[in-house]
Amino acid sequence: MRTGKIPHWADVTLVPLLSVALAFAISAVLIWAIGESPSEAVKLMVEGAFGSTYGWGYTLFYATNFIFTGLAVAVAFQARLFNIGGEGQALLGGLGVALVCLYIPWPHWSIALIAASLGAALFGAAWALIPGYLQAKRGSHIVITTIMFNFIAASLLGYMLVSVLRVPGSQDPASPRFPSEIALPKLHEILGLVGIPFSTVPPVNIALLLGIAMCFAVWFMLWRTRLGYQIRAFGESEPAAQYAGISPVRTTIYVMLISGALAGMMAVNSVMGEQQRLVLNAVEGAGFIGIAVALMGRNHPFGVFLAAILFGFLYQGGAELALWTSIPRELIVVIQALVILFTGALDNMVRMPISRLFALRKRAG
Amino acid sequence: MDVATIVQVLESTLRLATPLLFACLAGLISERAGVFDIGLEGKMLMAAFMSAAIAYVSGNVWVGLTAAVFASVVLSLVHGVASITFRGNQLISGVAINFLAAGITVVVAQNWFRQGGRTPSLSGNARMQRIDLPFVDVVRDVPVLGPIYTILSGHALLVYLAFLCVPLTWYVLFRTRFGLRLRAVGENPAAVDTAGVSVVRLRYGAVAICGVLCGLAGAYLATGLSAGFVKDMTAGRGFIALAAMIFAKWRPWHAMGAVLLFGLLEAVANRFQNIEILGVGVPVQAMQALPYILTVVILAGFVGKAIPPRAGGSPYVKEH
Repeated sequence: MRTGKIPHWADVTLVPLLSVALAFAISAVLIWAIGESPSEAVKLMVEGAFGSTYGWGYTLFYATNFIFTGLAVAVAFQARLFNIGGEGQALLGGLGVALVCLYIPWPHWSIALIAASLGAALFGAAWALIPGYLQAKRGSHIVITTIMFNFIAASLLGYMLVSVLRVPGSQDPASPRFPSEIALPKLHEILGLVGIPFSTVPPVNIALLLGIAMCFAVWFMLWRTRLGYQIRAFGESEPAAQYAGISPVRTTIYVMLISGALAGMMAVNSVMGEQQRLVLNAVEGAGFIGIAVALMGRNHPFGVFLAAILFGFLYQGGAELALWTSIPRELIVVIQALVILFTGALDNMVRMPISRLFALRKRAG
Repeated sequence: MDVATIVQVLESTLRLATPLLFACLAGLISERAGVFDIGLEGKMLMAAFMSAAIAYVSGNVWVGLTAAVFASVVLSLVHGVASITFRGNQLISGVAINFLAAGITVVVAQNWFRQGGRTPSLSGNARMQRIDLPFVDVVRDVPVLGPIYTILSGHALLVYLAFLCVPLTWYVLFRTRFGLRLRAVGENPAAVDTAGVSVVRLRYGAVAICGVLCGLAGAYLATGLSAGFVKDMTAGRGFIALAAMIFAKWRPWHAMGAVLLFGLLEAVANRFQNIEILGVGVPVQAMQALPYILTVVILAGFVGKAIPPRAGGSPYVKEH
């Protein structure tokens, strides 16, 4: 079961592509087994997600969520920390956005956007701080503590929505609507400025640009700053990093703060950009999809961006599929699981045929 | 609060603790052998669906139970292949298994029954029957002993089996050769390998036992505690079991105490919507979050540190 060396370009392209191909192949078998046509399904999904600006709009809206949560997981992975708590951090981010938007009267959406982003980042980071601190100082396994914090976040949000933020007299556990003056501009308004027509229906909004900006910011932070170097060195080898004078405690806590802040900022897109109020299931599993996105994107911001688009496509395509066939939306969860399994856990298995191929080529050449 | 209410809450505690206990012991055995398993939730969910689906089709709960155990063991083997054979990341594999189960159960349930991802309600022999302990009607009115005996009586067979598994797990882990080797493989696999015992085989054995126990947990959930499968019906129980395992510091008897505590919390939260302690109202969400908060506190080591098996989470690479 020993895997030989494969070139870096193959590692970042062939391995994830083969993993996705395997995941799609198994999903196709599943679709076939429940009596539907896999090729019809693919056609419906591609048309539904990319066939119109309406489809593109939803694809990009979902992708925006996954960019934030994917970056959150990827940054933590760079330091060999598995932050599985994106879901809870994004929930808290939503709470941050709601408090900022509800209790402070903002004169303009642009100022509100900056304030809400900071609020979301602050709440998300705070929720990641405790597991980060416990990992760094007390050695409590970050995976377990972040899982526990997801559940605690869900309970906390339930309490806040039922007992504190709920509209008086309403049965619905949701916050009041945010003022309409601070509604974020949608993509069709932005594209309209340069004369490109775009569907007005989908909720894709300016947070998409914020997400792309965060991809650049994370790339810059990881590869062009001292902190980024420390994070990557720490991830490569903790003892070596420590020997070089990099503090494990400080690095772990900083990474978790950044990771939590990124996950929290997802709420700018979903809570402020779409729903315009805080509801119970504001995150809808996007925190977990971030794991698949980060694994698939090989923990690189550009890879995360591409993987987020892929999962945005799967999400929107899956919704169309559920609409027109008897295949439920949960098929996407299966594909997501298989992508995580192949890119994350069965990595060595996927690599084997590729490394054998390169070994053969080397011998021949 | 009268005696009848207390009896009801405690009866419900036993029932709610049962799936937790199976899953907790499952995780305990797997992790004692050095294989982390955060996929307990997924295996339970898959087993819950299979037990309900097959019990409905066959009309026999035991056929359903067999199918549930089979399905759960299959997922366990996927985890084994990923984390033992291919030395992948055990935590990521567990996450994948959770999602695999969450997705596949709904897709297949919708295809088989067309009821929005649930199975039809089970009745008669497709459900687990309550077993009344002997003489329960005679003893009922005896003070003290009567209520206690009533609490213990009238549960499904799997409830009694779950609590029997506690001494059994303890015996196997601490009094048999297999158990000694299993614990050794979780602490220092190289030593076990040097002694000529197969690390891979032991770990697969532990993972398979974990699968069987998760299968029982899921089957009880769908055919004993409820009457059928609904989407995401495990609702985090796999993670509560994981929390109980850490809370018990990977020890079987303590695990029983932990799941009884967590079961009691759930039973109380189900029974009373508003609880007042010393005049201060405790929101029901705080009760729901308590197991997770307690686990973080234990993990933080402020009240007795929880130290996992030393080789847990790392694949074993044989030296050449």
